[in-house]
Amino acid sequence: MSFTYQAGTPFAGDGLKDVTTTIKDGSYTAIIGHTGSGKSTLLQHLNALLKPTAGTVTIGDRVITNETNNKNLKPIRREVGMVFQFAENQLFEQTVAKDIAFGPTNFGVPAEEAEKQAAAMVALVGLPPEVLEQSPFDLSGGQMRRVAIAGVLAMKPSVLVLDEPTAGLDPAGRAEMMTMFNRLHQEQGLTIVLVTHQMDDVADYADHVLVMDQGRLVKEGTPREIFQDADWLADHQLGLPKTAAMARRLTAQGFRFDPLPLTTAQLADQLLPQIGGPAHD
Amino acid sequence: MTAAIEIENLNYRYPDAKRPALHDVSLTIAQGEWVAIIGHNGSGKSTLAKNINGLLAPESGRVTVAGMPLNEANVWKIREKVGIVFQNPDNQFVGATVQDDVAFGLENRAVPRPEMLTRVHDALVQVNMLEFATREPARLSGGQKQRVAIAGIIAQRPDIIILDEATSMLDPAGRSEVLALIEQLQARSAMTVVSITHDVDEAASADRVVLLNDGEIVEQGTPAALFTHGEELLSLGLDVPYPERLKAALRRRGAKMPDGYLDQEGLVKYLWTLHSTM
Ligand SMILES: Nc1ncnc2c1ncn2[C@@H]1O[C@H](COP(=O)(O)OP(=O)(O)OP(=O)(O)O)[C@@H](O)[C@H]1O
Ligand SMILES: Nc1ncnc2c1ncn2[C@@H]1O[C@H](COP(=O)(O)OP(=O)(O)OP(=O)(O)O)[C@@H](O)[C@H]1O
Ligand SMILES: [Mg+2]
Ligand SMILES: [Mg+2]
Repeated sequence: MSFTYQAGTPFAGDGLKDVTTTIKDGSYTAIIGHTGSGKSTLLQHLNALLKPTAGTVTIGDRVITNETNNKNLKPIRREVGMVFQFAENQLFEQTVAKDIAFGPTNFGVPAEEAEKQAAAMVALVGLPPEVLEQSPFDLSGGQMRRVAIAGVLAMKPSVLVLDEPTAGLDPAGRAEMMTMFNRLHQEQGLTIVLVTHQMDDVADYADHVLVMDQGRLVKEGTPREIFQDADWLADHQLGLPKTAAMARRLTAQGFRFDPLPLTTAQLADQLLPQIGGPAHD
Repeated sequence: MTAAIEIENLNYRYPDAKRPALHDVSLTIAQGEWVAIIGHNGSGKSTLAKNINGLLAPESGRVTVAGMPLNEANVWKIREKVGIVFQNPDNQFVGATVQDDVAFGLENRAVPRPEMLTRVHDALVQVNMLEFATREPARLSGGQKQRVAIAGIIAQRPDIIILDEATSMLDPAGRSEVLALIEQLQARSAMTVVSITHDVDEAASADRVVLLNDGEIVEQGTPAALFTHGEELLSLGLDVPYPERLKAALRRRGAKMPDGYLDQEGLVKYLWTLHSTM
């Protein structure tokens, strides 16, 4: 599929060019690529918020084309929950409770149950119960983002599409949120599509990686396949997970690793015998 | 050396809030200093930034910027000296195009037109966004928006720049480019930098790190001193620098590791000594 912004106007600009890929049910897919490479544009096709200018996008058994009209897209919007890059801009209700309950209510969940769910979701994203009655606009940036994530989770989607969901969260919150998404993936089989600049998250969680560059899908594979070639990544203005970068420095110094470690635990395991093993004193 | 920013016993409470967002905060930032402010979501970082340029008025306490007490008479003069890049760039854009947007702050300062054009051009080059000069700011990618927001402030050449998570949506390469740019501007013009961040590498570029918790300053010091907290850093609101994480993982496996903070290079050297004496 391809997508052109403002197609047919003098301002037309390429968003995506000739992309072909499959995101498997139950997978955890990471999309990486430098600023402006087309990640967010691609994501917005996953719930038909944008429609391809050419080609098709198939979501479940729905085929979306240029011609698809906006009717009957509700089932897709319910199945595919989307946390936008500036998730704060998704907020609009008078209170946090109402904001989180909006989606479920809109899809027919009784108001009382939706409010109960809202309370559970607020706890899940690490916010105190007091915020439920506050205006979502009277919160800090990171708190707003947590509310937006709670609102998407409350819809109980089967696919979770996350556009840099942890930008602006404090590191502890980031770790908690990534663990929580992974639990939903492991325990409830949610399909996850994550756009991120954090290569460590790609190494820790994804089973499949798409690399975007100037609107094209330039590479896909497992994290190990993608991170094997550090020079290729650098050419695409991408970095390595911190562990892989450290392993490269250590290799330059004279240490040996096989296979390339991607997580701290893997690196420590391979390093230990090379520094004399556990101390015996 | 004169202080760029002097904050004395500052208290701030949002209307109807039960708890103050800032409680008895005192902080002096020297001219030309680079201070990183870190802390959990909701700890008061953005509130502090808004109290420095008078967007919010304190309940009590004093703020002095470039020797001028912050009050109604001085607030406009102070805003000319302080440029803030806000957390959400969408809240900062006012122009119909990228170049208009960057020019906006200069028009307000009555910068003559020829100079304005040069400054807009230079700022867009510096953040690598010149090719988008005639684009509507809303029609940019997330990282592109943050670059334009930064250009809008550096074009104003403020004496003090406050970056409120200004690089949160940039890729790591883009982030280090922007940090290098700020360092360069700081070296050239003795600009004072206050960077509010959750990024440990950004905090590491500061001269001093100030840690906020629940609206109070609970700790401050050089990045290296702070990083000796090791894995405890996470509970303080900062990521653990990678060398510290690796040291902890090796320690858990029974290896002996030094207590002091080591950067990557330091740790590689240390590990190599262990290897060589095996
Ligand atoms: N609404 C829009 N109208 C026109 N062009 C757009 C619009 N949104 C994005 N673009 C352009 O399309 C290209 C891809 O943008 P996209 O937002 O998908 O990038 P991204 O990979 O998500 O980048 P980032 O990491 O900065 O968020 C960019 O060059 C961008 O300027
Ligand atoms: N407009 C507002 N009205 C009422 N309370 C607010 C408002 N903005 C922020 N607060 C509250 O004040 C406290 C400090 O918020 P602030 O935005 O300064 O946090 P922060 O440290 O910048 O957090 P983050 O890392 O999430 O951006 C928080 O408890 C927040 O909920
Ligand atoms: Mg994006
Ligand atoms: Mg903030």
